[in-house]
Amino acid sequence: MNAVTIIADKDLQWKESLTTESVFVRRSLIAAAFLYLTLFLFIPLAAVFAEALKGGILAYVGSFLNEDALAAIRLTLLVASVVVPLNALFGVAAAWVIAKFDFVGKQILITLIDMPLAVSPVISGLIYVLLFGLQGWFGPWLADHDIKILFALPGIVLATIFVTVPFVVRELIPLMQSQGREEEEAAITLGASGWQMFTRVTLPNIKWSLLYGVILCNARAMGEFGAVSVVSGHIRGLTNTMPLHVEILYNEYNAVSAFAVASLLTLLAVVTLAVKAIVERKAHFPTIVADPISNVQTGSIR
Amino acid sequence: MSFILKQPSVLPGFALTLGFTLFYLGVIVLIPLSGLFVKTSTLPWEQFWGITTTPRAIASYQLTFGASFVGAIINGLFGSIIAWVLVRYQFPGRSAIDALVDLPFALPTAVSGITLAAIYSSNGWIGRFLEPLGIKVAFTPLGILVALTFIGLPFVVRTVQPVLQDLDKEVEEAAATLGANRWQTFRAVIVPELWPALLTGIAMAFARSVGEYGSVIFIAGNMPLKSEITPLLIMTKLEQYDYAGATALGVVMLVVSFVLALAINLLQWWSSTRHMNQ
Repeated sequence: MNAVTIIADKDLQWKESLTTESVFVRRSLIAAAFLYLTLFLFIPLAAVFAEALKGGILAYVGSFLNEDALAAIRLTLLVASVVVPLNALFGVAAAWVIAKFDFVGKQILITLIDMPLAVSPVISGLIYVLLFGLQGWFGPWLADHDIKILFALPGIVLATIFVTVPFVVRELIPLMQSQGREEEEAAITLGASGWQMFTRVTLPNIKWSLLYGVILCNARAMGEFGAVSVVSGHIRGLTNTMPLHVEILYNEYNAVSAFAVASLLTLLAVVTLAVKAIVERKAHFPTIVADPISNVQTGSIR
Repeated sequence: MSFILKQPSVLPGFALTLGFTLFYLGVIVLIPLSGLFVKTSTLPWEQFWGITTTPRAIASYQLTFGASFVGAIINGLFGSIIAWVLVRYQFPGRSAIDALVDLPFALPTAVSGITLAAIYSSNGWIGRFLEPLGIKVAFTPLGILVALTFIGLPFVVRTVQPVLQDLDKEVEEAAATLGANRWQTFRAVIVPELWPALLTGIAMAFARSVGEYGSVIFIAGNMPLKSEITPLLIMTKLEQYDYAGATALGVVMLVVSFVLALAINLLQWWSSTRHMNQ
């Protein structure tokens, strides 16, 4: 080791000592963070599975193998399979128009998209009751034509779409704004059709964020409780989604089954967070290679 | 024409995507939300005032806003510590914890509700240690505070964290070389930088808590005048087919939510202009 590196090392250590805290302060802060997270994060997470497995593995599995539980799981999957593609389509379209064009009223549009996040879930359900309920705007007409929206699948789907509208689009807008318009403009000037530009330039650029947006939207769609609770009517085997089924089991003092179904939803949430962590690592790629030269290079490799 | 509605662009799909976006938002968000206001406008003012100022309604506002506020402040303190620890220190499990912070946001509210109720009940993992001390959490207003603190956790961490990451260490070095001790540097250099983001995070946690329903009702006890939050009161009125009552209370909540959303937007704008001025 020569003298220069020793001095450089010392210099670095000195600089770092200036901008960090004493060992005691550091350890106390880490301990405080851990204590708080243990109380509010680790213990609840562990408790879901502990409560679910309290009656043994047979009782756990048995919680899913009955008519009502299976119906709830089927309904939840059905609702998500309608809601998620619609909100993904909306998310891509809205993010495209907001990130790639300048027009009057853009800020109002963004505020409008964010609105469902600000609204209480109970109110998200209430507004559909006011529209489609018997005393609502369309209620009498729907009753005359024997169309059921409230306390049936369409109502649950609508309330779930409302609650999850912002999730895909909010993941895409910042990314698409930071990527700029040059690549798409180049594709169009070189003669690509709109669809070619979208599938070969835009989609590859946004795929990771789109994936995370879709998975987050899915988790929220499957887990929505308040809004769905208002519009579903809680009809067993017919309009009970998984979260509503959890509520019913819990209120019947069937804690093991309630936590068993809850543990499925918890796994879904944990997987969602894992995907987020992976996507965040992947997403560093497009932002780092954002300079025009390396873009040309990656473009030619593709 | 001096007034341009849209800047020219070679990119395709403007009319199609804007049209679809507006149609979708109109059907899903705008028409249903405006329905709430139209319905309220058919209520005579005296009736609206009467519904929204009953002792039961006022007790629910006090509880909802009070518990949300305290929860948001607790998260302001501990959220800042967590963000600081995650950005500045290395320790085992750091990236796993970083990912898990969003759990209250990703977990269905009914799941958080029954789990917190189980943990804090008198024979639960935490409740059994609090019971001998005379502290009852589950089925009391304290339980509501626990639930609202839980769901507000990610907001402060996620708003403060990026600002801390972008913070220029050279400014801290300069402060230190000019003779400031660590505490002085923290107070005079770091805190002013974090302040807008911290307030934004607290406001977001508060806004989320005010409307929260699922994670609260299982642990709250739901006694009118004592442990009944406003969203639950709306739910109760709906179940009794009292649509006028539910709508009136819904409008009060909605107006509060809009004011909070506006405040958060202003805070974010303040935060970003401060950032740009550097």
